[in-house]
Amino acid sequence: MQPIIEIARLSKIYASGFEALKSVDLTINAGEIFALLGPNGAGKTTLINIICGIARKSSGTVRIAGHDNVADARRARELVGLVPQEIATDAFETVFNTVSFSRGLFGKPAAPALIERLLTDLSLMDKRNSQIMTLSGGMKRRVMIAKALSHEPRVLFLDEPTAGVDVELRRDMWGVVRRLKQDGVTIILTTHYIEEAEEMADRVGVINKGELILVEEKSALMRKLGRKELTLELAAPMTAVPAALSDFALALSSDGQELTYRYDTKAERTGITRLLQALADSGIRFRDLRTSQSSLEQIFVELVRRDK
Amino acid sequence: MNLYAIRAIFGFEMARTRRTLLQSIISPVIATSLYFVVFGAAIGSRIPEIDGVSYGAFIVPGLVMLTLLQQSVQNASFGIYFPRFIGTIYELLSAPVSAFEIVIGYVSAAAVKSIVLAMLIMATAALFVPLRIDHPLAMMAFLVLTAATFSLLGFIIGIWADNFEKLQLVPLLIITPLTFLGGTFYSIDALPPFWRWVSLANPVVYLVNGFRWSFYGKADVDVFLCLALTLIFLCACLGVVWWIFKTGYRLKS
Ligand SMILES: Nc1ncnc2c1ncn2[C@@H]1O[C@H](COP(=O)(O)OP(=O)(O)OP(=O)(O)O)[C@@H](O)[C@H]1O
Ligand SMILES: [Mg+2]
Repeated sequence: MQPIIEIARLSKIYASGFEALKSVDLTINAGEIFALLGPNGAGKTTLINIICGIARKSSGTVRIAGHDNVADARRARELVGLVPQEIATDAFETVFNTVSFSRGLFGKPAAPALIERLLTDLSLMDKRNSQIMTLSGGMKRRVMIAKALSHEPRVLFLDEPTAGVDVELRRDMWGVVRRLKQDGVTIILTTHYIEEAEEMADRVGVINKGELILVEEKSALMRKLGRKELTLELAAPMTAVPAALSDFALALSSDGQELTYRYDTKAERTGITRLLQALADSGIRFRDLRTSQSSLEQIFVELVRRDK
Repeated sequence: MNLYAIRAIFGFEMARTRRTLLQSIISPVIATSLYFVVFGAAIGSRIPEIDGVSYGAFIVPGLVMLTLLQQSVQNASFGIYFPRFIGTIYELLSAPVSAFEIVIGYVSAAAVKSIVLAMLIMATAALFVPLRIDHPLAMMAFLVLTAATFSLLGFIIGIWADNFEKLQLVPLLIITPLTFLGGTFYSIDALPPFWRWVSLANPVVYLVNGFRWSFYGKADVDVFLCLALTLIFLCACLGVVWWIFKTGYRLKS
Protein backbone atom coordinates (compact mmCIF):
# COMPACT_ATOMS: atom_id res chain seq x y z
CA MET A 1 0.00 0.00 0.00
CA GLN A 2 1.26 3.41 -0.90
CA PRO A 3 1.31 6.15 1.70
CA ILE A 4 -0.38 9.38 0.63
CA ILE A 5 -0.03 11.31 3.87
CA GLU A 6 3.01 10.94 6.09
CA ILE A 7 3.01 12.75 9.40
CA ALA A 8 6.10 12.62 11.56
CA ARG A 9 6.57 13.93 15.10
CA LEU A 10 3.95 16.59 14.57
CA SER A 11 3.42 18.89 17.53
CA LYS A 12 1.24 21.91 18.02
CA ILE A 13 1.40 24.43 20.80
CA TYR A 14 -1.16 27.21 20.44
CA ALA A 15 -0.25 30.79 21.21
CA SER A 16 -2.05 30.35 24.52
CA GLY A 17 0.62 27.78 25.44
CA PHE A 18 -1.81 24.90 25.12
CA GLU A 19 -0.25 21.74 23.71
CA ALA A 20 -2.89 20.44 21.32
CA LEU A 21 -0.80 17.80 19.53
CA LYS A 22 2.02 15.82 21.09
CA SER A 23 4.45 14.33 18.60
CA VAL A 24 1.92 12.62 16.36
CA ASP A 25 3.16 10.02 13.87
CA LEU A 26 0.65 8.78 11.34
CA THR A 27 0.67 7.39 7.82
CA ILE A 28 -2.46 7.31 5.71
CA ASN A 29 -2.53 4.96 2.75
CA ALA A 30 -3.74 5.95 -0.68
CA GLY A 31 -7.32 4.95 -1.28
CA GLU A 32 -8.32 4.12 2.27
CA ILE A 33 -11.01 5.54 4.49
CA PHE A 34 -9.45 6.55 7.77
CA ALA A 35 -11.61 7.47 10.75
CA LEU A 36 -10.12 9.70 13.40
CA LEU A 37 -11.96 9.33 16.66
CA GLY A 38 -11.56 11.13 19.93
CA PRO A 39 -13.48 13.09 22.54
CA ASN A 40 -14.15 16.84 22.27
CA GLY A 41 -10.95 18.82 22.38
CA ALA A 42 -8.75 15.80 21.58
CA GLY A 43 -7.00 17.59 18.71
CA LYS A 44 -8.75 16.15 15.65
CA THR A 45 -9.53 19.49 14.04
CA THR A 46 -6.11 20.82 14.95
CA LEU A 47 -4.47 17.90 13.15
CA ILE A 48 -6.61 18.36 10.05
CA ASN A 49 -6.09 22.12 10.02
CA ILE A 50 -2.34 21.70 10.13
CA ILE A 51 -2.33 19.18 7.30
CA CYS A 52 -4.48 21.51 5.19
CA GLY A 53 -2.44 24.63 5.92
CA ILE A 54 -5.01 26.47 8.01
CA ALA A 55 -3.01 26.27 11.22
CA ARG A 56 0.74 26.31 11.64
CA LYS A 57 2.60 23.38 13.11
CA SER A 58 5.02 23.92 15.96
CA SER A 59 7.35 21.11 14.87
CA GLY A 60 7.41 17.95 12.82
CA THR A 61 6.65 17.29 9.17
CA VAL A 62 3.63 16.61 7.02
CA ARG A 63 4.01 15.24 3.51
CA ILE A 64 1.19 14.80 1.04
CA ALA A 65 2.03 12.49 -1.85
CA GLY A 66 5.66 13.20 -1.07
CA HIS A 67 5.28 17.00 -1.04
CA ASP A 68 6.08 18.83 2.17
CA ASN A 69 2.94 20.76 3.09
CA VAL A 70 4.87 23.94 3.90
CA ALA A 71 7.93 23.96 1.65
CA ASP A 72 6.01 22.60 -1.33
CA ALA A 73 2.60 23.87 -0.27
CA ARG A 74 1.19 24.42 -3.72
CA ARG A 75 1.78 20.87 -4.96
CA ALA A 76 0.60 19.43 -1.67
CA ARG A 77 -2.58 21.49 -1.44
CA GLU A 78 -3.72 20.90 -5.01
CA LEU A 79 -4.39 17.31 -3.99
CA VAL A 80 -6.47 18.06 -0.93
CA GLY A 81 -10.11 18.95 -0.35
CA LEU A 82 -11.43 19.98 3.05
CA VAL A 83 -14.89 20.10 4.56
CA PRO A 84 -14.34 21.92 7.85
CA GLN A 85 -16.26 21.24 11.02
CA GLU A 86 -18.01 24.59 11.06
CA ILE A 87 -20.28 25.62 8.24
CA ALA A 88 -18.96 28.81 6.67
CA THR A 89 -20.41 30.02 3.41
CA ASP A 90 -20.91 33.22 1.48
CA ALA A 91 -24.53 33.93 2.23
CA PHE A 92 -25.19 36.02 -0.85
CA GLU A 93 -23.50 33.87 -3.48
CA THR A 94 -25.41 31.27 -5.45
CA VAL A 95 -24.65 27.59 -5.01
CA PHE A 96 -23.26 27.16 -8.49
CA ASN A 97 -21.05 30.25 -8.29
CA THR A 98 -19.58 29.40 -4.94
CA VAL A 99 -18.66 25.90 -6.08
CA SER A 100 -17.14 27.30 -9.29
CA PHE A 101 -15.19 29.79 -7.19
CA SER A 102 -13.65 26.96 -5.20
CA ARG A 103 -12.57 25.18 -8.33
CA GLY A 104 -10.90 28.33 -9.64
CA LEU A 105 -9.19 28.92 -6.33
CA PHE A 106 -7.59 25.50 -6.60
CA GLY A 107 -6.20 26.39 -10.01
CA LYS A 108 -8.55 24.41 -12.23
CA PRO A 109 -10.24 25.76 -15.37
CA ALA A 110 -14.01 26.20 -15.28
CA ALA A 111 -15.95 22.96 -15.77
CA PRO A 112 -19.68 23.60 -15.53
CA ALA A 113 -20.61 20.04 -16.51
CA LEU A 114 -18.48 18.58 -13.75
CA ILE A 115 -19.93 20.93 -11.17
CA GLU A 116 -23.47 20.13 -12.28
CA ARG A 117 -22.76 16.43 -11.88
CA LEU A 118 -21.42 17.11 -8.39
CA LEU A 119 -24.52 19.11 -7.48
CA THR A 120 -26.71 16.34 -8.82
CA ASP A 121 -24.84 13.74 -6.73
CA LEU A 122 -25.41 15.85 -3.65
CA SER A 123 -29.07 16.55 -4.49
CA LEU A 124 -28.41 20.25 -4.88
CA MET A 125 -29.17 20.62 -8.56
CA ASP A 126 -32.54 22.30 -8.02
CA LYS A 127 -30.82 24.83 -5.76
CA ARG A 128 -27.99 25.66 -8.12
CA ASN A 129 -29.11 29.26 -8.64
CA SER A 130 -30.34 29.90 -5.11
CA GLN A 131 -28.46 32.15 -2.77
CA ILE A 132 -26.80 30.11 -0.05
CA MET A 133 -28.57 31.99 2.73
CA THR A 134 -31.86 30.55 1.51
CA LEU A 135 -30.69 26.96 2.09
CA SER A 136 -31.19 24.83 5.17
CA GLY A 137 -28.27 23.84 7.39
CA GLY A 138 -28.00 20.37 5.89
CA MET A 139 -28.03 21.80 2.37
CA LYS A 140 -25.29 24.24 3.32
CA ARG A 141 -23.19 21.36 4.52
CA ARG A 142 -23.71 19.67 1.18
CA VAL A 143 -22.57 22.87 -0.52
CA MET A 144 -19.40 22.70 1.58
CA ILE A 145 -18.84 19.15 0.37
CA ALA A 146 -19.41 20.20 -3.23
CA LYS A 147 -16.86 23.00 -2.78
CA ALA A 148 -14.31 20.57 -1.37
CA LEU A 149 -14.83 18.18 -4.28
CA SER A 150 -14.95 20.83 -7.01
CA HIS A 151 -11.28 20.50 -7.89
CA GLU A 152 -11.28 16.70 -7.92
CA PRO A 153 -8.99 16.20 -4.93
CA ARG A 154 -7.07 12.96 -4.33
CA VAL A 155 -7.47 13.32 -0.58
CA LEU A 156 -10.62 14.47 1.15
CA PHE A 157 -10.86 15.58 4.77
CA LEU A 158 -14.30 15.47 6.33
CA ASP A 159 -14.29 17.07 9.78
CA GLU A 160 -17.50 15.83 11.35
CA PRO A 161 -19.48 15.90 8.13
CA THR A 162 -22.58 14.39 9.66
CA ALA A 163 -22.96 16.54 12.76
CA GLY A 164 -26.53 17.79 12.81
CA VAL A 165 -27.47 16.04 9.62
CA ASP A 166 -30.63 13.98 9.20
CA VAL A 167 -30.61 10.24 8.60
CA GLU A 168 -31.37 10.45 4.93
CA LEU A 169 -28.70 12.99 4.18
CA ARG A 170 -26.23 11.00 6.20
CA ARG A 171 -26.96 7.99 4.04
CA ASP A 172 -26.58 10.12 0.89
CA MET A 173 -23.30 11.39 2.18
CA TRP A 174 -21.93 7.95 2.81
CA GLY A 175 -23.05 7.01 -0.68
CA VAL A 176 -20.91 9.85 -2.00
CA VAL A 177 -17.99 8.76 0.17
CA ARG A 178 -18.20 5.18 -1.10
CA ARG A 179 -18.24 6.37 -4.69
CA LEU A 180 -15.21 8.57 -4.03
CA LYS A 181 -13.39 5.62 -2.55
CA GLN A 182 -14.17 3.61 -5.65
CA ASP A 183 -12.56 6.38 -7.67
CA GLY A 184 -9.45 6.00 -5.54
CA VAL A 185 -9.90 9.08 -3.36
CA THR A 186 -8.39 8.81 0.11
CA ILE A 187 -10.80 9.92 2.82
CA ILE A 188 -10.00 11.03 6.34
CA LEU A 189 -13.00 11.70 8.51
CA THR A 190 -13.71 12.54 12.09
CA THR A 191 -16.97 11.70 13.70
CA HIS A 192 -18.63 11.27 17.04
CA TYR A 193 -21.03 8.73 15.55
CA ILE A 194 -18.97 5.68 16.05
CA GLU A 195 -21.29 3.41 14.15
CA GLU A 196 -20.34 5.52 11.17
CA ALA A 197 -16.67 4.77 11.58
CA GLU A 198 -17.57 1.17 12.22
CA GLU A 199 -19.45 0.98 8.98
CA MET A 200 -17.25 3.05 6.71
CA ALA A 201 -13.66 3.03 7.82
CA ASP A 202 -10.86 0.74 6.76
CA ARG A 203 -8.68 1.93 9.61
CA VAL A 204 -9.36 3.77 12.82
CA GLY A 205 -7.17 6.13 14.80
CA VAL A 206 -8.00 7.20 18.31
CA ILE A 207 -6.65 10.50 19.56
CA ASN A 208 -6.93 11.71 23.12
CA LYS A 209 -5.45 14.86 24.66
CA GLY A 210 -3.28 15.41 21.62
CA GLU A 211 -1.83 11.94 21.57
CA LEU A 212 -2.56 9.30 19.01
CA ILE A 213 -3.16 6.38 21.32
CA LEU A 214 -4.10 3.78 18.74
CA VAL A 215 -4.10 3.19 15.00
CA GLU A 216 -5.49 -0.09 13.80
CA GLU A 217 -7.30 -1.84 11.00
CA LYS A 218 -10.90 -1.63 12.00
CA SER A 219 -11.51 -5.36 11.65
CA ALA A 220 -8.38 -6.17 13.66
CA LEU A 221 -9.42 -3.68 16.30
CA MET A 222 -12.83 -5.20 16.61
CA ARG A 223 -11.24 -8.62 16.87
CA LYS A 224 -8.54 -7.58 19.27
CA LEU A 225 -10.56 -5.50 21.67
CA GLY A 226 -13.95 -6.83 20.83
CA ARG A 227 -15.59 -8.75 23.64
CA LYS A 228 -18.55 -10.93 23.25
CA GLU A 229 -21.18 -11.60 25.81
CA LEU A 230 -23.33 -14.67 26.06
CA THR A 231 -26.50 -14.09 28.01
CA LEU A 232 -28.62 -16.96 29.23
CA GLU A 233 -32.22 -16.45 30.26
CA LEU A 234 -32.82 -18.85 33.08
CA ALA A 235 -35.87 -21.03 33.29
CA ALA A 236 -35.89 -20.57 37.06
CA PRO A 237 -34.38 -17.55 38.80
CA MET A 238 -31.46 -18.12 41.17
CA THR A 239 -30.11 -16.08 44.06
CA ALA A 240 -26.42 -16.81 43.58
CA VAL A 241 -24.14 -18.38 41.00
CA PRO A 242 -23.74 -22.05 41.97
CA ALA A 243 -20.30 -23.07 43.20
CA ALA A 244 -19.98 -25.56 40.36
CA LEU A 245 -19.86 -22.64 37.93
CA SER A 246 -17.45 -20.44 39.87
CA ASP A 247 -14.68 -21.09 37.34
CA PHE A 248 -16.51 -19.12 34.68
CA ALA A 249 -16.73 -15.63 36.17
CA LEU A 250 -20.41 -15.39 35.46
CA ALA A 251 -22.49 -12.39 36.30
CA LEU A 252 -25.98 -12.81 37.63
CA SER A 253 -28.52 -10.10 36.89
CA SER A 254 -30.05 -8.40 39.92
CA ASP A 255 -33.41 -10.05 39.36
CA GLY A 256 -31.68 -13.44 39.18
CA GLN A 257 -33.17 -14.15 35.75
CA GLU A 258 -30.06 -13.90 33.57
CA LEU A 259 -26.54 -15.19 33.62
CA THR A 260 -23.96 -13.33 31.54
CA TYR A 261 -20.70 -14.79 30.38
CA ARG A 262 -18.05 -12.51 28.87
CA TYR A 263 -15.48 -14.03 26.61
CA ASP A 264 -12.70 -12.96 24.38
CA THR A 265 -13.24 -13.64 20.70
CA LYS A 266 -9.55 -13.70 19.96
CA ALA A 267 -8.83 -16.32 22.65
CA GLU A 268 -8.06 -19.79 21.37
CA ARG A 269 -10.77 -21.30 23.51
CA THR A 270 -13.79 -19.27 24.35
CA GLY A 271 -14.92 -21.74 26.98
CA ILE A 272 -18.47 -21.81 25.69
CA THR A 273 -18.64 -25.54 25.19
CA ARG A 274 -17.31 -26.13 28.68
CA LEU A 275 -19.76 -23.66 30.15
CA LEU A 276 -22.76 -25.21 28.45
CA GLN A 277 -21.58 -28.65 29.55
CA ALA A 278 -21.19 -27.45 33.14
CA LEU A 279 -24.69 -25.92 33.06
CA ALA A 280 -26.18 -29.16 31.85
CA ASP A 281 -24.25 -31.11 34.53
CA SER A 282 -25.61 -28.84 37.28
CA GLY A 283 -29.11 -29.21 35.94
CA ILE A 284 -29.55 -25.53 35.21
CA ARG A 285 -32.03 -25.01 32.42
CA PHE A 286 -32.43 -21.93 30.32
CA ARG A 287 -35.22 -20.65 28.12
CA ASP A 288 -33.20 -18.64 25.64
CA LEU A 289 -29.77 -17.33 24.92
CA ARG A 290 -28.28 -14.43 23.00
CA THR A 291 -24.82 -13.11 22.23
CA SER A 292 -23.78 -9.52 21.72
CA GLN A 293 -20.54 -8.02 20.51
CA SER A 294 -19.00 -4.83 21.84
CA SER A 295 -19.26 -2.01 19.34
CA LEU A 296 -16.50 0.32 18.29
CA GLU A 297 -18.11 2.82 20.59
CA GLN A 298 -17.58 0.67 23.66
CA ILE A 299 -14.02 -0.01 22.54
CA PHE A 300 -13.43 3.66 22.11
CA VAL A 301 -14.91 4.66 25.42
CA GLU A 302 -12.84 2.04 27.15
CA LEU A 303 -9.64 3.16 25.44
CA VAL A 304 -10.14 6.77 26.33
CA ARG A 305 -11.00 5.91 29.91
CA ARG A 306 -7.94 3.73 30.25
CA ASP A 307 -5.82 6.59 28.93
CA LYS A 308 -6.90 8.94 31.69
CA MET B 1 1.26 31.27 -10.96
CA ASN B 2 -2.32 30.26 -10.20
CA LEU B 3 -4.13 32.54 -12.65
CA TYR B 4 -7.44 30.75 -12.17
CA ALA B 5 -7.31 31.62 -8.49
CA ILE B 6 -6.60 35.29 -9.14
CA ARG B 7 -9.48 35.38 -11.57
CA ALA B 8 -11.75 33.59 -9.09
CA ILE B 9 -10.98 36.09 -6.31
CA PHE B 10 -11.28 39.07 -8.63
CA GLY B 11 -14.56 37.79 -10.04
CA PHE B 12 -15.92 37.10 -6.59
CA GLU B 13 -15.14 40.63 -5.41
CA MET B 14 -16.65 42.15 -8.53
CA ALA B 15 -19.80 40.09 -8.07
CA ARG B 16 -20.02 41.48 -4.55
CA THR B 17 -19.79 45.00 -5.97
CA ARG B 18 -22.54 44.30 -8.49
CA ARG B 19 -24.79 42.95 -5.76
CA THR B 20 -24.32 46.13 -3.75
CA LEU B 21 -24.29 48.61 -6.63
CA LEU B 22 -26.35 51.20 -4.83
CA GLN B 23 -24.17 51.30 -1.77
CA SER B 24 -20.80 50.74 -3.41
CA ILE B 25 -21.05 52.92 -6.56
CA ILE B 26 -24.11 55.11 -6.69
CA SER B 27 -24.07 56.51 -3.18
CA PRO B 28 -20.41 57.67 -3.18
CA VAL B 29 -20.96 59.30 -6.58
CA ILE B 30 -24.00 61.18 -5.33
CA ALA B 31 -22.35 62.15 -2.05
CA THR B 32 -19.30 63.61 -3.79
CA SER B 33 -21.37 65.31 -6.46
CA LEU B 34 -23.16 67.29 -3.76
CA TYR B 35 -19.88 69.13 -3.15
CA PHE B 36 -19.75 70.21 -6.79
CA VAL B 37 -23.31 71.41 -6.66
CA VAL B 38 -22.74 73.38 -3.45
CA PHE B 39 -19.22 74.68 -4.01
CA GLY B 40 -19.19 74.70 -7.77
CA ALA B 41 -22.54 76.01 -8.81
CA ALA B 42 -24.00 77.58 -5.65
CA ILE B 43 -21.33 79.41 -3.66
CA GLY B 44 -18.27 78.73 -5.82
CA SER B 45 -18.92 81.81 -7.90
CA ARG B 46 -18.38 84.01 -4.82
CA ILE B 47 -15.02 82.48 -3.98
CA PRO B 48 -12.08 83.93 -5.93
CA GLU B 49 -10.19 81.75 -8.40
CA ILE B 50 -7.10 79.92 -7.13
CA ASP B 51 -4.11 80.02 -9.51
CA GLY B 52 -6.48 80.91 -12.31
CA VAL B 53 -8.76 77.94 -11.66
CA SER B 54 -12.37 78.45 -10.61
CA TYR B 55 -13.05 77.25 -7.09
CA GLY B 56 -15.53 74.58 -8.18
CA ALA B 57 -12.93 73.09 -10.53
CA PHE B 58 -10.13 73.51 -8.00
CA ILE B 59 -11.73 71.16 -5.46
CA VAL B 60 -12.47 68.37 -7.96
CA PRO B 61 -9.08 66.58 -7.81
CA GLY B 62 -9.05 66.67 -4.00
CA LEU B 63 -12.58 65.32 -3.76
CA VAL B 64 -11.85 62.60 -6.29
CA MET B 65 -8.77 61.74 -4.23
CA LEU B 66 -10.86 61.67 -1.04
CA THR B 67 -13.27 59.16 -2.56
CA LEU B 68 -10.42 57.16 -4.07
CA LEU B 69 -8.63 56.84 -0.72
CA GLN B 70 -11.75 56.04 1.26
CA GLN B 71 -13.16 53.57 -1.21
CA SER B 72 -9.87 51.78 -1.85
CA VAL B 73 -9.30 51.28 1.86
CA GLN B 74 -12.90 50.32 2.51
CA ASN B 75 -13.23 47.86 -0.37
CA ALA B 76 -10.01 46.05 0.25
CA SER B 77 -10.32 45.95 4.02
CA PHE B 78 -13.87 44.64 3.88
CA GLY B 79 -12.97 42.18 1.11
CA ILE B 80 -10.46 40.36 3.29
CA TYR B 81 -12.01 41.04 6.70
CA PHE B 82 -15.38 39.54 5.85
CA PRO B 83 -14.10 36.02 4.98
CA ARG B 84 -12.17 36.12 8.25
CA PHE B 85 -15.27 37.20 10.12
CA ILE B 86 -17.62 34.55 8.68
CA GLY B 87 -14.98 31.82 8.50
CA THR B 88 -14.79 31.28 4.74
CA ILE B 89 -11.12 32.26 4.93
CA TYR B 90 -10.40 28.56 5.58
CA GLU B 91 -10.75 27.95 1.88
CA LEU B 92 -8.28 30.64 0.91
CA LEU B 93 -5.78 29.34 3.46
CA SER B 94 -6.09 25.74 2.29
CA ALA B 95 -5.97 26.53 -1.42
CA PRO B 96 -2.81 26.30 -3.54
CA VAL B 97 -2.49 30.07 -3.81
CA SER B 98 0.48 32.18 -2.85
CA ALA B 99 0.28 35.33 -0.79
CA PHE B 100 1.09 37.26 -3.93
CA GLU B 101 -1.87 35.78 -5.81
CA ILE B 102 -4.27 36.49 -2.96
CA VAL B 103 -3.10 40.10 -2.75
CA ILE B 104 -3.31 40.59 -6.51
CA GLY B 105 -6.85 39.24 -6.50
CA TYR B 106 -8.21 41.35 -3.66
CA VAL B 107 -6.18 44.49 -4.23
CA SER B 108 -6.78 44.68 -7.97
CA ALA B 109 -10.51 44.21 -7.46
CA ALA B 110 -10.61 46.98 -4.86
CA ALA B 111 -8.45 49.26 -6.96
CA VAL B 112 -10.44 48.72 -10.17
CA LYS B 113 -13.64 49.47 -8.34
CA SER B 114 -12.40 52.71 -6.85
CA ILE B 115 -10.87 53.81 -10.16
CA VAL B 116 -14.21 53.28 -11.90
CA LEU B 117 -15.80 55.27 -9.12
CA ALA B 118 -13.28 58.09 -9.51
CA MET B 119 -13.96 58.29 -13.24
CA LEU B 120 -17.70 58.43 -12.64
CA ILE B 121 -17.18 61.26 -10.18
CA MET B 122 -15.00 63.19 -12.63
CA ALA B 123 -17.61 62.72 -15.35
CA THR B 124 -20.30 63.98 -12.97
CA ALA B 125 -18.14 66.91 -11.91
CA ALA B 126 -17.71 67.95 -15.54
CA LEU B 127 -21.45 68.57 -15.64
CA PHE B 128 -21.26 71.21 -12.90
CA VAL B 129 -17.81 72.80 -13.13
CA PRO B 130 -15.39 73.63 -15.95
CA LEU B 131 -13.08 70.62 -15.68
CA ARG B 132 -9.81 70.48 -17.59
CA ILE B 133 -7.18 67.72 -17.67
CA ASP B 134 -3.77 68.97 -18.88
CA HIS B 135 -1.84 65.74 -18.33
CA PRO B 136 -4.21 62.78 -18.80
CA LEU B 137 -1.45 60.17 -18.64
CA ALA B 138 -0.09 61.55 -15.38
CA MET B 139 -3.64 61.73 -14.09
CA MET B 140 -4.18 58.02 -14.85
CA ALA B 141 -0.82 57.14 -13.34
CA PHE B 142 -1.64 58.94 -10.07
CA LEU B 143 -5.09 57.38 -10.07
CA VAL B 144 -3.82 53.82 -10.52
CA LEU B 145 -0.87 54.19 -8.14
CA THR B 146 -2.95 55.74 -5.40
CA ALA B 147 -5.76 53.23 -5.78
CA ALA B 148 -3.28 50.34 -5.64
CA THR B 149 -1.44 51.76 -2.64
CA PHE B 150 -4.53 52.44 -0.58
CA SER B 151 -6.12 49.15 -1.53
CA LEU B 152 -2.98 47.51 -0.14
CA LEU B 153 -3.35 49.62 2.98
CA GLY B 154 -6.97 48.52 3.17
CA PHE B 155 -5.93 44.89 2.83
CA ILE B 156 -3.55 45.34 5.76
CA ILE B 157 -6.27 46.99 7.84
CA GLY B 158 -8.66 44.15 6.97
CA ILE B 159 -6.17 41.66 8.35
CA TRP B 160 -5.24 43.73 11.39
CA ALA B 161 -8.82 44.54 12.42
CA ASP B 162 -10.49 42.10 14.77
CA ASN B 163 -13.83 43.87 14.87
CA PHE B 164 -15.95 46.06 12.64
CA GLU B 165 -15.11 49.17 14.63
CA LYS B 166 -11.41 48.94 13.89
CA LEU B 167 -12.31 48.42 10.25
CA GLN B 168 -13.97 51.85 10.18
CA LEU B 169 -11.37 53.49 12.36
CA VAL B 170 -8.72 54.27 9.77
CA PRO B 171 -10.97 55.59 6.99
CA LEU B 172 -12.98 57.68 9.43
CA LEU B 173 -10.39 58.94 11.87
CA ILE B 174 -7.31 59.18 9.69
CA ILE B 175 -8.06 59.36 6.00
CA THR B 176 -11.00 61.76 6.05
CA PRO B 177 -9.38 64.38 8.36
CA LEU B 178 -6.05 64.14 6.54
CA THR B 179 -7.79 64.70 3.23
CA PHE B 180 -9.85 67.65 4.45
CA LEU B 181 -6.70 69.17 5.93
CA GLY B 182 -4.65 68.07 2.95
CA GLY B 183 -5.36 70.96 0.66
CA THR B 184 -8.50 69.60 -0.94
CA PHE B 185 -10.43 72.83 -0.38
CA TYR B 186 -7.57 75.30 -0.32
CA SER B 187 -4.05 75.84 -1.54
CA ILE B 188 -1.66 75.29 1.36
CA ASP B 189 0.26 78.33 0.06
CA ALA B 190 -2.62 80.37 1.44
CA LEU B 191 -1.90 79.13 4.98
CA PRO B 192 0.27 81.01 7.52
CA PRO B 193 3.89 79.71 7.33
CA PHE B 194 3.60 77.57 10.49
CA TRP B 195 0.48 75.75 9.31
CA ARG B 196 1.88 75.39 5.82
CA TRP B 197 4.88 73.71 7.37
CA VAL B 198 2.65 71.41 9.45
CA SER B 199 0.65 70.56 6.33
CA LEU B 200 3.79 69.34 4.60
CA ALA B 201 3.88 66.48 7.13
CA ASN B 202 0.50 65.32 5.87
CA PRO B 203 1.05 62.68 3.18
CA VAL B 204 -2.31 63.35 1.58
CA VAL B 205 -1.09 66.86 0.62
CA TYR B 206 1.28 65.21 -1.85
CA LEU B 207 -1.38 62.92 -3.25
CA VAL B 208 -3.85 65.75 -3.76
CA ASN B 209 -1.26 68.09 -5.22
CA GLY B 210 0.23 65.52 -7.58
CA PHE B 211 -3.22 64.71 -8.78
CA ARG B 212 -4.27 68.34 -9.12
CA TRP B 213 -1.14 69.10 -11.09
CA SER B 214 -2.21 66.56 -13.72
CA PHE B 215 -5.46 68.54 -14.10
CA TYR B 216 -4.35 72.15 -14.06
CA GLY B 217 -0.55 72.01 -14.25
CA LYS B 218 -0.24 73.74 -10.84
CA ALA B 219 0.80 72.30 -7.51
CA ASP B 220 1.88 73.58 -4.07
CA VAL B 221 4.71 71.05 -3.91
CA ASP B 222 7.09 69.36 -6.35
CA VAL B 223 5.25 66.83 -8.53
CA PHE B 224 8.18 64.40 -8.57
CA LEU B 225 8.25 64.46 -4.80
CA CYS B 226 4.56 63.54 -4.92
CA LEU B 227 5.27 60.63 -7.22
CA ALA B 228 8.25 59.46 -5.18
CA LEU B 229 6.31 59.55 -1.90
CA THR B 230 3.43 57.60 -3.43
CA LEU B 231 5.86 54.95 -4.64
CA ILE B 232 7.58 54.77 -1.26
CA PHE B 233 4.25 54.29 0.48
CA LEU B 234 3.33 51.61 -2.03
CA CYS B 235 6.54 49.74 -1.28
CA ALA B 236 6.01 50.08 2.47
CA CYS B 237 2.55 48.53 2.15
CA LEU B 238 3.93 45.72 0.02
CA GLY B 239 6.53 45.04 2.69
CA VAL B 240 3.91 44.80 5.42
CA VAL B 241 1.77 42.44 3.33
CA TRP B 242 4.78 40.25 2.66
CA TRP B 243 5.47 40.09 6.39
CA ILE B 244 1.83 39.23 7.15
CA PHE B 245 1.87 36.20 4.91
CA LYS B 246 5.31 35.13 6.00
CA THR B 247 4.31 35.06 9.66
CA GLY B 248 0.64 34.16 9.20
CA TYR B 249 -0.19 37.21 11.34
CA ARG B 250 -3.89 37.11 12.30
CA LEU B 251 -4.51 34.57 9.58
CA LYS B 252 -3.25 31.30 11.05
CA SER B 253 -3.34 30.12 14.62
N1 LIG C 1 -6.88 28.80 18.30
C1 LIG C 1 -6.71 28.11 19.44
N2 LIG C 1 -6.03 28.65 20.47
C2 LIG C 1 -5.84 27.96 21.61
N3 LIG C 1 -6.29 26.72 21.82
C3 LIG C 1 -6.98 26.12 20.84
C4 LIG C 1 -7.22 26.77 19.60
N4 LIG C 1 -7.92 25.94 18.80
C5 LIG C 1 -8.11 24.82 19.52
N5 LIG C 1 -7.55 24.92 20.74
C6 LIG C 1 -7.54 23.89 21.78
O1 LIG C 1 -6.91 22.73 21.28
C7 LIG C 1 -7.59 21.56 21.71
C8 LIG C 1 -7.95 20.70 20.53
O2 LIG C 1 -8.95 21.34 19.77
P1 LIG C 1 -9.56 20.69 18.48
O3 LIG C 1 -10.47 21.68 17.88
O4 LIG C 1 -8.46 20.19 17.64
O5 LIG C 1 -10.38 19.47 19.10
P2 LIG C 1 -11.28 18.41 18.36
O6 LIG C 1 -10.67 17.07 18.62
O7 LIG C 1 -11.50 18.77 16.95
O8 LIG C 1 -12.61 18.53 19.20
P3 LIG C 1 -14.16 18.43 18.74
O9 LIG C 1 -14.52 17.00 18.73
O10 LIG C 1 -14.85 19.16 19.82
O11 LIG C 1 -14.28 19.08 17.41
C9 LIG C 1 -8.77 22.03 22.53
O12 LIG C 1 -8.43 21.92 23.90
C10 LIG C 1 -8.94 23.48 22.15
O13 LIG C 1 -9.40 24.22 23.25
MG1 LIG D 1 -13.09 19.36 15.87
